[in-house]
Amino acid sequence: MKVCVLGAGPAGLYLSILLKKADPAHEIEIFERNAPGATFGWGVVFSEETLGELRDADYATFLRITDTFARWDAIDIRYRGEVLRSRGHGFSAIARKKLLAILQERCRELGVVLHFETSVEDPAELPEADLVVAADGVNSVLRRSRDFGTRSAPQGGKYIWYGTDLVLDAFRFSFAETEHGLIQTHSYPFDEHTSTVIVECPEPTWRAAGLDRMSEEESINFCEELFARDLAGHRLLSNKSAWLSFPRIRNRRWSDGNVVLLGDSAHTAHFSIGSGTKLAMEDAVSLANAFVRHGHHDRAAIRAALVHYELERRPVVDRFQQAAADSAGYFERVRHHTGLPPRQFAVNLLTRSGRISHANLAMRDPEFVRRADLDFAGEPDRLFAPPPFLTPLRLGKAVIPNRLVVTGEPRGAGLVRTEPIAVSEDGRITPETPVGVGSWPVGEVHESGALVMACLTHAGRRGATRPARYGVDVPLPENEAWPLVSASAVPYGPLSQVPKAAGEAELNRIRDEFASAAAEAATAGFDLLELDFAQGRLLASFLSPLTNPAEDRLRFPLEVLAACREAWPEERPLVVRLTVDDWAPRGATIEDGVAYARAFAEAGASMIHVEAGQTVAESRPVYRRGFLTTLSDRVRAEAAVPTLVGGHLTTTDEVNTVLAAGRADLCLLDVPVEA
Amino acid sequence: MKVGIGLPNTTPDATGRLLAEWARRADDGPFSTVAVLDRLVYDSVEPFTALAAAAAVTERVRLATNIAIGPLRSGAMLAKQADSVARLSGGRFTLGLGVGARRDDYTAAEADHRTRGERLSAQLAHLRAENTDIELLVGGSSGAAFARMARYADGFAHGGGPPRAFASAATRARAAWHDLGRPGTPKLWGQGYFALGDPDRGSAYLRDYYAFTGPFAETIAAANLTSARAIKDFVRGYAAEGCDELILFPTVSDLDEVDRLAEVLA
Repeated sequence: MKVCVLGAGPAGLYLSILLKKADPAHEIEIFERNAPGATFGWGVVFSEETLGELRDADYATFLRITDTFARWDAIDIRYRGEVLRSRGHGFSAIARKKLLAILQERCRELGVVLHFETSVEDPAELPEADLVVAADGVNSVLRRSRDFGTRSAPQGGKYIWYGTDLVLDAFRFSFAETEHGLIQTHSYPFDEHTSTVIVECPEPTWRAAGLDRMSEEESINFCEELFARDLAGHRLLSNKSAWLSFPRIRNRRWSDGNVVLLGDSAHTAHFSIGSGTKLAMEDAVSLANAFVRHGHHDRAAIRAALVHYELERRPVVDRFQQAAADSAGYFERVRHHTGLPPRQFAVNLLTRSGRISHANLAMRDPEFVRRADLDFAGEPDRLFAPPPFLTPLRLGKAVIPNRLVVTGEPRGAGLVRTEPIAVSEDGRITPETPVGVGSWPVGEVHESGALVMACLTHAGRRGATRPARYGVDVPLPENEAWPLVSASAVPYGPLSQVPKAAGEAELNRIRDEFASAAAEAATAGFDLLELDFAQGRLLASFLSPLTNPAEDRLRFPLEVLAACREAWPEERPLVVRLTVDDWAPRGATIEDGVAYARAFAEAGASMIHVEAGQTVAESRPVYRRGFLTTLSDRVRAEAAVPTLVGGHLTTTDEVNTVLAAGRADLCLLDVPVEA
Repeated sequence: MKVGIGLPNTTPDATGRLLAEWARRADDGPFSTVAVLDRLVYDSVEPFTALAAAAAVTERVRLATNIAIGPLRSGAMLAKQADSVARLSGGRFTLGLGVGARRDDYTAAEADHRTRGERLSAQLAHLRAENTDIELLVGGSSGAAFARMARYADGFAHGGGPPRAFASAATRARAAWHDLGRPGTPKLWGQGYFALGDPDRGSAYLRDYYAFTGPFAETIAAANLTSARAIKDFVRGYAAEGCDELILFPTVSDLDEVDRLAEVLA
């Protein structure tokens, strides 16, 4: 093939090497805007796994790269003046300049033609070729000359990429408190003399600190002073360093005719998971292999190879982009985590992107996790602690024997929730919804060792429906239904009955029904009480702007909470089940949810059971494993209230990770209940 | 895991005689279900009509739309069509519904494309409220689609792709199911395309059928299962990810394809 590559970064160079190796008859030319020695950035990181792939793809390159590597296996976290070390992470880094020199040299050996200082403004200037590769990075000229369905959006906070002549022996995260908010560094060594230091903070902090108006020099001085302890007398080095926003790039398709996107031009992943170069070089391996598989002797074969490459890489890239989004979001919100004890803060940081769990950490560094688990159990002097999910939780005077919560049969869980119990006949969800706690077998569950939580609800506009085994929100036939009330006269879903907007007298009656149901639950021996302010039911309908036009949306829910707090023994925990994000346009957002959680905690709620969505029938939920975890993390950190969370957690490892990282205090396990 | 076969109701040159014979052979073969696709602006046989023909010549297999584009029809008409196929087949019918991916079908049906999600929800609510005991599946990949599936249906119909794509959709379907408070677990259906006799013709059909997606058509064509080994790997992969029923759709209208596929699965 005649191959024309735009951009001599790692992606373009490595692809050229692999293509030429596979078939020396290829004529490959690379066009690069900059001089051979010019480079931006400092060092790039590879995991052991990536190195394995490079070893298999081209051993000669691999040898030269590993000769100059800085290697480390520890991550240090400087937080509140102390440094915590977590081991077993197995990383290597290399100066970007060195990496490019090795790849350029290998290209020349194999007969790839390199044109430096050749700016291509118009793709039409490129020579005729069978394959045209857009390896020209985030702002790819080639990509912008065609329609790849590109979407670009800034991700995470502001960041700046420095070097330093301090040689670190580990990856280091350092968090510095300033009067304007938290500022953090991500730093790692990459050769015998130099380390990379990326300084990062949310944009509001960056502006408040005046960093948006500082010169290059002032900015360096500011950062040197702030991180003086980490730098230990060393300087920060600038390489035209400027404060940037990270652009997250996605493309609906990665090829068009014979033009293909590779590396950053196709996709970017936030620098905080250090995977950009890795993904670019793996793209190159995949694309080169696709030509081995499909050949390249006609246009159809070339198209087939490009399709194959995209099919193979896209799912991998999607996973990394998801992890990168979670990681970028973490660093934007990390200031809210400064209330966590040091080791829990560290676990939260290490598990931020969802790629490392409690069990992975325990494999990598058993000692670190042993101590984290001891801290979690509040027994720092013991030899060992149970895993987090088997650690009891003290809530007021109640001690829940373990952190697992189930609805229905106990099956070993520490806390059993009842199915929703309506506070009145009109508040039932279906004809089968129990009214009042009357006959609930509290004693039987106590014999299993678990505590029991009564869940009181009023269905509001989601009432008078068929039992869930026939579908949800399917209204009963008119002759079997009962009249519904809600915060406003808006029906819930298709065919739903139009509710009446509840009047003052009716609300007072409902408030009193909640209070008397709470008193009955206390008498019946329930250990905890849960009030249902979630998922579009009556009390939730007051909290959402989508269903309540009034200004003071908290008024009635707070009245109900106060009445129940009054009726429910002071020493027993009261939980509020709360939709913290409507997941619907113009609905309540997580910011509203945090404010609500704070208000309920101040009014006597001991814990928030975090839910989201279902406020309105047509919403935009985000379902995945652990889909409520980040919301719970935010509520727990920002409203400073314990949380219970579900969201499709199916393994004890997921639960251990949520708990050990301080994202929740109790977890609802998703084990299917037989119909 | 059960394996079903598609009827060639959207592939070129499928006559009534061929569709009937295809269904008959499927009924005699190792297949659990005979399924159809739905496409208005394309040379094809309307899905409920094709299943009505299949109902007349089969005894055993289930008949399924996988999927029919609900909002192209009025709610009442959709319910009538579904009920008719259920009646003609003696209750052997599974109704899979989705919003489809083609704007031109909506234009031709004079149906509003913008409100398609809400309209599908309304149709599902009607089907449920009417007390029909027809098994319902819903397809789609948005959060709203998963919620709709969990709210009204008995299970989820995945739109195709490698087993790991199915696995990730299955996780989301289960998460939605629990979130909506449904007891048990959703039924999970998967699908793939195959051509054992004339793979090039099959892949050319896929490129044409999906031409409206632009370059993505090539991606779908590239995933066409064209060897016994590819089919076996695909079936094994889907079974491992907890698929309940996998439908393999033909891409060429050759009767021998039924026997070839039966042989691979034997």
